[in-house]
Amino acid sequence: MTIDLKTVKHISKLSRISLEDKKAEKLASDLNSIFSFIEKLNELDTSKTEPLTSIAETTLKLRKDEIKSGNIRDEVLKNSPDKNKDFFVVPKVVE
Amino acid sequence: MKENQSEYLIKRNNNEYEVVIGLEVHAQVLSESKLFSSSSTKFGAEPNSQVSLVDAAFPGMLPVINEFCIKQAVRTGIGLKAKINKRSIFDRKNYFYADLPQGYQISQYKNPIVGEGEVILDMLSGEKIIGIERLHLEQDAGKSIHDIDPKNTLVDLNRSGVALMEIVSKPDLRSLDEVNLYIKKLRSIMRYMGTCDGNMQEGSLRADVNVSVRKKGQKTYGTRCEIKNVNSIKFMQMAIDYEANRQVDVLEGGGAVDQETRLFDNKKNETRSMRSKEDAHDYRYFPDPDLLPLELSDEFINDLKKNIPELPDEKKKRFMEKFKLSSYEATILVSDIETSKYFEEVIKNSDVKISTNWITGELFALLNEKNLEITNSPISAKNLSKLINFIKDGTISGKIAKSIFEIMADGDQDPKKIIDEKGLKQQSDPKELKKVIDKVVNDNQEKVKEYKSGKEKLFGFFVGQVMKATAGKANPQLVNEILKKKLK
Amino acid sequence: MTEIKNLTLVDLVSKVKSKEISSKEITEYFIERSKKSKKLNSYITENFEKAKKMADEFDKKPDFKCKLPGIPIAVKDLFCTKNLRTTAGSKILENFVPTYESTITENLWSSGAILLGKLNCDEFAMGSSNETSFFGNVQNPISENLVPGGSSGGSASALAADLTPATIGTDTGGSIRQPASFTGTVGLKPTYGSCSRYGIVAFASSLDQAGPMTKDVKDCSLLLEVMSSYDNKDSTSVQFKRGNYLDKLSDNIKGKKIGIPKEYRIDKMPKEIEDLWQKGINIIKDSGAEIVDVSLPNTNYALPAYYIVAPAEASSNLARYDGVKYGFRSEGTNLIDMYEKTRSKGFGDEVKRRIMIGTYVLSSGYYDAYYLKAQKVRRLIKNDFDEVYKKVDAILTPSTPSSAFKIGEKKDDPVSMYLNDIFTVPVNLAGLPAISIPAGTDKKGYPLGLQIIGKAFDEQNILNIAYSMEKQINFKNNLNDWWMK
Repeated sequence: MTIDLKTVKHISKLSRISLEDKKAEKLASDLNSIFSFIEKLNELDTSKTEPLTSIAETTLKLRKDEIKSGNIRDEVLKNSPDKNKDFFVVPKVVE
Repeated sequence: MKENQSEYLIKRNNNEYEVVIGLEVHAQVLSESKLFSSSSTKFGAEPNSQVSLVDAAFPGMLPVINEFCIKQAVRTGIGLKAKINKRSIFDRKNYFYADLPQGYQISQYKNPIVGEGEVILDMLSGEKIIGIERLHLEQDAGKSIHDIDPKNTLVDLNRSGVALMEIVSKPDLRSLDEVNLYIKKLRSIMRYMGTCDGNMQEGSLRADVNVSVRKKGQKTYGTRCEIKNVNSIKFMQMAIDYEANRQVDVLEGGGAVDQETRLFDNKKNETRSMRSKEDAHDYRYFPDPDLLPLELSDEFINDLKKNIPELPDEKKKRFMEKFKLSSYEATILVSDIETSKYFEEVIKNSDVKISTNWITGELFALLNEKNLEITNSPISAKNLSKLINFIKDGTISGKIAKSIFEIMADGDQDPKKIIDEKGLKQQSDPKELKKVIDKVVNDNQEKVKEYKSGKEKLFGFFVGQVMKATAGKANPQLVNEILKKKLK
Repeated sequence: MTEIKNLTLVDLVSKVKSKEISSKEITEYFIERSKKSKKLNSYITENFEKAKKMADEFDKKPDFKCKLPGIPIAVKDLFCTKNLRTTAGSKILENFVPTYESTITENLWSSGAILLGKLNCDEFAMGSSNETSFFGNVQNPISENLVPGGSSGGSASALAADLTPATIGTDTGGSIRQPASFTGTVGLKPTYGSCSRYGIVAFASSLDQAGPMTKDVKDCSLLLEVMSSYDNKDSTSVQFKRGNYLDKLSDNIKGKKIGIPKEYRIDKMPKEIEDLWQKGINIIKDSGAEIVDVSLPNTNYALPAYYIVAPAEASSNLARYDGVKYGFRSEGTNLIDMYEKTRSKGFGDEVKRRIMIGTYVLSSGYYDAYYLKAQKVRRLIKNDFDEVYKKVDAILTPSTPSSAFKIGEKKDDPVSMYLNDIFTVPVNLAGLPAISIPAGTDKKGYPLGLQIIGKAFDEQNILNIAYSMEKQINFKNNLNDWWMK
């Protein structure tokens, strides 16, 4: 299997990481060597194997329906790159 | 009932098209705290005041699920007569958006908590069953605000992480009226169980609408379009109507409908393609590794089953059997849990027939006029029940009752007090009435002659005079009887 | 009196308790060494002034009942620490100051420990050499220009150089055990679910586990005891009887059955590693334990499966770094432009590479072929271990296929870098506990480690085996503090 430049650009779009052409080429070549190594899995027949979705040997723990987190707006907005006191701020989104 | 059209065909040239509709309803789970965090779900709080570190997706923050939300979803599933899945899985739906702090929404993809079920619509033509495909739990996103700051979009994460139930119907709906009845019925079932308040103005109930058209008689479905996030029944109907006609136009013009996501613009009353965003939509679902599969025991499910209240369909059946109501009356009275509670409160001590008429007639008209919910009714069930009893035992006439009702509507008063204060008690003493009638007859000898000579229509005149003389309080039946004897 | 650097954590605790030494003396000692060791670049953020103050406070009102009384400890910069910058080795979190504390570090502080500072690591723990850190390479105190391993490279370096009496790291595919092996120290990855992940910057949620990195096995037992706790803020935290690992530590392993998996004898394995392994086998036999040849047939598929699962989870875990709520933002003309610039400039190359791999294997049309396949292989690998554990109590393998390599040596060849984790990764996939202990050196004199893998929640057993072996191996680094000169 080969991952071409177009695929790399598509993945970069999906992952919201802009990529210069030069870097994209290098990345395509890296990905190809990584995937040729990953392809080894195709040797295995897993048609009768159940996927393992969780390794933790326990059942999902449930929380009581209680409000424990109060108004911590200042704390939540403290690290925000934009210094608005009430909201997170992003460049205008055009619908 | 105009809400009962199941036939909805679009005609173009010589072709007739049937419209096929499926709904994905997003219903906010009634709970104190969010699905995976312990911040409040209360509506209308200051922006970002109900946001925990988990909701804002700070590094290292982890989800822990709210047991009550699981119960609410299972209860709703039971109300939809649906299969409860004992094992379900929470997945991540990955996409970037300003109001999605994690960069993914925790949802259920391949293994939802609730499987197939049904909702029964009460049509004039009878019952129609709408299939439910599934119900799953997921997180709500925050809110992007575009109209405060001209240059920027502001983000409020109060809603971020609130539990939603996504209820997906089968493509069984065929008309705008069915859509209306379906949403109302779904809302009613959830309100009966207290799993969702169904408040559309506050966004507790929204829907994505899937629409396709096909020529009448065609067996296969046409290509569908999904209209995102419509928040009222009226808008759903407008969007479907526009979209179905658009699709018919495309087909009639020799084109093909593209499967796509569209947006409804309620100001322009049209749907628009959101295709510009489409290519970025590859959600890359995978099981959330921060959570484990949700396993429900039979005991857990059975405990919930035991505590399910009587639901609209069962209540309707009981009302019809026990109180001899018509299907129409019963449907109206059970359509909303609060209405049915009111009705049952009134008939505890009052005649069912008169109560039914007064509630579906006078009371509904009053609520409608004042644009009030029955929970805010100006007349309490207790006082309406008293009023009805005064009618039944002949203390007052129906007509007087209506004027008392109007006084009660201005402030919930005991009808007995009004009757006493205003002296509205019906005159049912034959001796007293006879006196009045004697006077009326004496005063109108001319008319008596005319009457006796065959002008029987004048009888009404005499009744009117008696009523006038008694300020409307005379017992009409007695007046009739005595007057008839007198004029013989 | 012995110099502080020659004392173990357990020694220090007992000397503080017996009032032979104060918290202030220990704290100032490590701060002084740390200040003179800038060349190693082990620290990202220092907390020295605050630490001194806290040591003073401890000495004024000492609590000798706690397990780490007044002991200064520097931690990997992946643990969120309240009011102290937490970067995960990334530019995107360069200025991020958490308002909360991770459960693991909270456990340390509530046991009396004092935070010395935050230690360097590979960016978001993605690396095996600490070379992907935005804050620069870390030197291995073993020899100049040698990598300390990764991703807990700063932790291993600081520990081996005696800049902290013990430390904690995280291990997703070997990030504790491999650097421990490269620096002649002890590192343990606990069973998945033993140590809370709350407040640890996530790399791959189903694999990440925090663990102790120490000078010897006794220290390791003590630190694990402090770290391990059931946490209702982590849905994958497991409730089980957590032992007093130190009290119960025993070097008697007579009658234990130790498995030797033949699949770990890989092609082109250096003879030194073979010899080291044989040495370990002999030591175990001498201790009266039994050696059993076992097979873990799917071992070869662990690394490819890991390089699907870990990047997939990472691609999603790192989606939250988008320039909106915290961290670095690069302004853009619109929202998408801002995202793309922020993430492009904020992440380093290796992180971007792994996000891309992860995005690709989860994307439409490839999910079944890659992600689902990897999850199935993961099941097979776990089944292999389950089978073997019907016959043996623990498994002995080398920790790494080689000793530490030079800085820059493997930087441009991702696959050869990934191969470093070949012996450690299966353990993470199966969620098992494993410990790496120093067992010898190669011909260059660089340390080499042996790995003991245990059954789930059987940390006590591998600690005992490690303790017994450690006594017989009697390994010492004998460093001359070259970096301080």
